[in-house]
Amino acid sequence: MNIPGNLKYAKTHEWVRVEDKLAYMGITDYAQESLGDIVYVEIPELDAGIKKGEETATIESVKAVSVIYAPASGTIAKVNENLDESPELINQKPYEAFIFAIEMSDPTELEDLMDSLAYEEFLKQEEEKH
Amino acid sequence: MKDGLIFEISKKGRVGYNFPECDVPLVPIEEIFKEIYLRVDEPRLPEVSELDLVRHYTNLSRKNYGVDLGFYPLGSCTMKYNPKVNEEVAGFSGFQQVHPLQPEHSVQGVLHVMHNITEKLCELTGMKWGSLQPFAGAHGEFMGMKLFRAYFEKQGERQRTKILVPDSAHGTNPASAHISGFEVVEIKSNHQGIVSLESLNEHMDEKLAGIMLTNPNTLGLFEKDIREIAFRVHNAGGLLYYDGANLNAIMGRSRPGDMGFDVVHLNLHKTFSTPHGGGGPGSGPVLVNEKLIPFLPVPDIVERQGSYHFDYNRQDSIGRISGFYGNIAVIIKAYAYLLFMGKNGLKSCSERAVLNANYLKARLETRYYLPYNHYCKHEFVLSAKIIKEKFGIRALDIAKRLLDYGVHPPTVYFPLIVQEALMVEPTETESKESLDMFADIMLRIYEEAKNSPDLLKTAPTLTPVRRIDEVLAAKKPVVRWQGDE
Repeated sequence: MNIPGNLKYAKTHEWVRVEDKLAYMGITDYAQESLGDIVYVEIPELDAGIKKGEETATIESVKAVSVIYAPASGTIAKVNENLDESPELINQKPYEAFIFAIEMSDPTELEDLMDSLAYEEFLKQEEEKH
Repeated sequence: MKDGLIFEISKKGRVGYNFPECDVPLVPIEEIFKEIYLRVDEPRLPEVSELDLVRHYTNLSRKNYGVDLGFYPLGSCTMKYNPKVNEEVAGFSGFQQVHPLQPEHSVQGVLHVMHNITEKLCELTGMKWGSLQPFAGAHGEFMGMKLFRAYFEKQGERQRTKILVPDSAHGTNPASAHISGFEVVEIKSNHQGIVSLESLNEHMDEKLAGIMLTNPNTLGLFEKDIREIAFRVHNAGGLLYYDGANLNAIMGRSRPGDMGFDVVHLNLHKTFSTPHGGGGPGSGPVLVNEKLIPFLPVPDIVERQGSYHFDYNRQDSIGRISGFYGNIAVIIKAYAYLLFMGKNGLKSCSERAVLNANYLKARLETRYYLPYNHYCKHEFVLSAKIIKEKFGIRALDIAKRLLDYGVHPPTVYFPLIVQEALMVEPTETESKESLDMFADIMLRIYEEAKNSPDLLKTAPTLTPVRRIDEVLAAKKPVVRWQGDE
């Protein structure tokens, strides 16, 4: 399982990378693996206002539809339009295929995210549960 | 052999009919209809002989699979045997020849059935009255949510907008709540696979409209805290909705009304043995307790001095939920089933459904991982998670391999809280021999996964169509003949 050391992770299996004051986010390798082949990504509108924890995007795979939660509040500054045509990019390169980037209103909101070691530990616990 | 489409055997000018010479004067169609109503292009219909047509569809029908052909353990769908006497009853000319626009006095037989089945379903579920109008489970859910809304509006509580749905729920539950204008909030299951009371407690506020539950839930587990859940939801001012998908587990043993539910839908096509699969035909009656009766759809069917009447005089009614009165033929078949099973029959039906599921579970858990390891009700959920880690074989591969053995696979990848889920519901109508046959096949497939995994990854190989490209089907579906377009 690929868990890069330079990213932050949410319990809902999103990753976050801060770059030029924007928080880029996507889903983790674990998430894409359990979703299976992704066939559609519904990305949010540019400039939309969002709140941390809100349902902001949806990912549809051959198995199910899953919701993506915003890791921080702010406005949508960028969306990955490539996913419209090629949603499989998320399966192929989960950490490069970001879904959207947020201009954060409060960057301290990212503080409760996990680092890669904590996320790895979290995955282990989740796996043991069932 | 792969069959072509009927369009692909079409030959220009070939027909399967022969009209006699026209014995009335011909009138040009332009004289009858305005030009805008006339089509310009010829319809693109296949041109075949009667024999071509019969062979084409007979061949296709022989490739169909149904419960009349073999084992069909499709979890959550209750694919029980549909007794043929149901068809015979629904075929009586008194039922077959009626029209929904006939006057009341000429359709007393149908009204009698509708009135009586409502009474019997109420008795079975512990509810007070209901409507047979919804055409399916999800339609019933939609109606149920409309009833919730009407109730809160009457109470002056329009701020109640939040519907709770467990993470193990059928996808139709959140969809129905959402399309009815409610906000859907997911609540977590606990480690036992039932609703977490802690997660529930977080939402007991003035925005709460209610909760949608199945009991037993989609893991086949009985929500043992249901009385406590009902108490807390009612205490907070909310209502409880019972999704009847899993009623086959509890008939004659426990009743949603006694558990504290306010609105119930049933799936006559599942629990009451009418044919389904392939999208219909269904019937999803909704039953309610005393406080929701004023909001039921019109017309109600009432009995006065031995005859039955439509009653439209319901001030607070949500109105019609279907054009006429529901899927009458399905309702009649279910009524026949109810009558010949009787109270004791229905009770033993549920008992045997539960016994069959537990027997199969006990045989399969020797090789397949069972994440929620309790006695189950009518169904249980295995996980291929460990098989995937060890042999690289997924639930989908196992499902596809079952096709090679001539068995319908269980439901896969549902409920969402189990990874690589295989959801098995054998139903009460299967004998020990057919349960053993399925268990033997599943254990053999486990050995294949271990020793020759390629056999599973390339399955099915013995079916008319081999593995379908699901990604392509989801992304670029071709749903009709495109010919030479």
